Amino acid sequence: MTQMTRPDSTAAMLSLRGLHARVGDREILKGLDLQVPSGEVHAIMGPNGAGKSTLSYVLTGRPGYEVTAGSAELDGVNLLELEPDERAANGLFLSFQYPLEIPGVPALTFIRSALNAQRKARGEAEISAPDFLKRARSCAADLKMDFDMLKRPMNVGFSGGEKKRMEIFQMAMFAPRFMILDETDSGLDIDALKVVSEGVNALRAPDRGMLVITHYQRLLDHIRPDRVHVLADGRIVASGGPELALELERHGYDKYARAA
Amino acid sequence: MNLDEAIRLRDPAQLPSRRDEDWRWTDLRGLLRTIPEPSSPLGPQAIGVGPFEGLAAESLVVANGSGPETLRVAPGETRTVILRHVSRGDGAHSARLRIEVGGGARLTLLESHEGGGSSLSLLGVDLTLEDGASCERLVLADLDPEAVAVVELDVELSAGGRYAQTVLTTGARRQRFETRLRHPGLRSEARLDGVYILAGRKHADLTSVVRHTGPDGRTDQLTRGFADGQSRAVFQGRITVQEGADGVDARMAHNALILSDRAEVDARPELEIYADDVACAHGATVGALDDDVLFYMRQRGLAETDARALLAVSFLGEVIERIDFAAGAERVRSWLLARIGAGV
Repeated sequence: MTQMTRPDSTAAMLSLRGLHARVGDREILKGLDLQVPSGEVHAIMGPNGAGKSTLSYVLTGRPGYEVTAGSAELDGVNLLELEPDERAANGLFLSFQYPLEIPGVPALTFIRSALNAQRKARGEAEISAPDFLKRARSCAADLKMDFDMLKRPMNVGFSGGEKKRMEIFQMAMFAPRFMILDETDSGLDIDALKVVSEGVNALRAPDRGMLVITHYQRLLDHIRPDRVHVLADGRIVASGGPELALELERHGYDKYARAA
Repeated sequence: MNLDEAIRLRDPAQLPSRRDEDWRWTDLRGLLRTIPEPSSPLGPQAIGVGPFEGLAAESLVVANGSGPETLRVAPGETRTVILRHVSRGDGAHSARLRIEVGGGARLTLLESHEGGGSSLSLLGVDLTLEDGASCERLVLADLDPEAVAVVELDVELSAGGRYAQTVLTTGARRQRFETRLRHPGLRSEARLDGVYILAGRKHADLTSVVRHTGPDGRTDQLTRGFADGQSRAVFQGRITVQEGADGVDARMAHNALILSDRAEVDARPELEIYADDVACAHGATVGALDDDVLFYMRQRGLAETDARALLAVSFLGEVIERIDFAAGAERVRSWLLARIGAGV
């Protein structure tokens, strides 16, 4: 990979400016600005239909989500001109709200192929089979996952909670630089939520960033954000510290929906 | 309707047409107004090397309709034989081969269909398995897009015997593999599997007719394939369990993926049961590669072509895993990978 331009110390890791995006004829993001500095966890909260999931898909390059104006950069690299797999190789990871099933492909086979594809794209050597297995066993133990589950076809027949755990397992295996968690708490009971949150918190690091998308405040008791933003009608309409999440929990989104 | 006579007498009226119920999706009379002239003999330089090269010492070649007419495997003997059916040019030819496998003998038949040009060809094989004899037949068919080819196989299975086949094809202008199996039961078993990978304007028809005539027989069928471009896949499977053929266990599955909205898959699974205490099941599905799954895989770092190939290989791989002859399965797998990487 060619050498990336070194961001200056004040620039945010993830930088979105004036982002407009549409799906079909419908404009969903309407001039979104957001800066997430390295080492920070930011939460995006907002009512249903505000554009939260659209934001995660626009950043990861899902077909059908068209950016019509604005910019999205990760460490100074323009994400919008990269294919989804190139964005992944650049360290961008999305934990899906609804993870997909991959019939016939064992989870470990899939994860190893994907990990090696990323490494190849970055000009790194493939991970050896013993190293890969060692890492997988250690990550599975951290997340209290049954290792045999990883030999089964990816997500096939898994419960909602198991799929979410598998997302965080992959996140731990890939060790991405920037993570987007889309409604990771849905489908998790309180014990699973704790385990998964610990897994997420273990990945917090000064050289990493994270965007946690959630409708409810509950997840933010476990994954403490540095900043909270309210997304309504395709824009960030309010930003603040962790206390903003508590206020939203008490008063709801009504005033932001009206403001938007 | 008689394709062999149509070719020998150059009589297009004898070609199977859509009015023949079993040929309605593989109409040859509507396709060919005239029967081409007989094909010219082929020299060795036109024959080349086949896809199973190196897996058996013994090799039979049927080239433009000329070749050996019999193969006999002595009782108790174990043999692996390559059978190459090579067609070149724009003529018409037909050949018939008789294979006898003696009591308790085992034959592994590695069959390929190569070339094709714009020829019209028929290969007929009569396979007789005596008591306790077994045969596994692996077929790789990769023909030119203008070829019209029909392969007919008639199998006589005997008590305690086993017949297994895996036909893999990329189709032709019109192509049909027809397998007719007489199944006496009596602890004998049959496996009839298929894989098709079709693109462009290619056509492939996998048709089978299994007649269970006696008790305690097993039949297991799994066919999977892709149809891309403007291609057309046909799967017809009929299993008849006659009166008195009690205790038969018969399963049939056909799963297709359509990769383009101009491709077509026609499937007709049929079970006719006239006996008691019979376990039969059939299932057919037609779907598409899931775009959401592809995006999910790409988000994890796989390039689109690799994601598609991984899905394709896992989908078709289940058919390959059922092959007994390990070296053959390995060869078939790489044959498949080479074609999936390019086409899917």
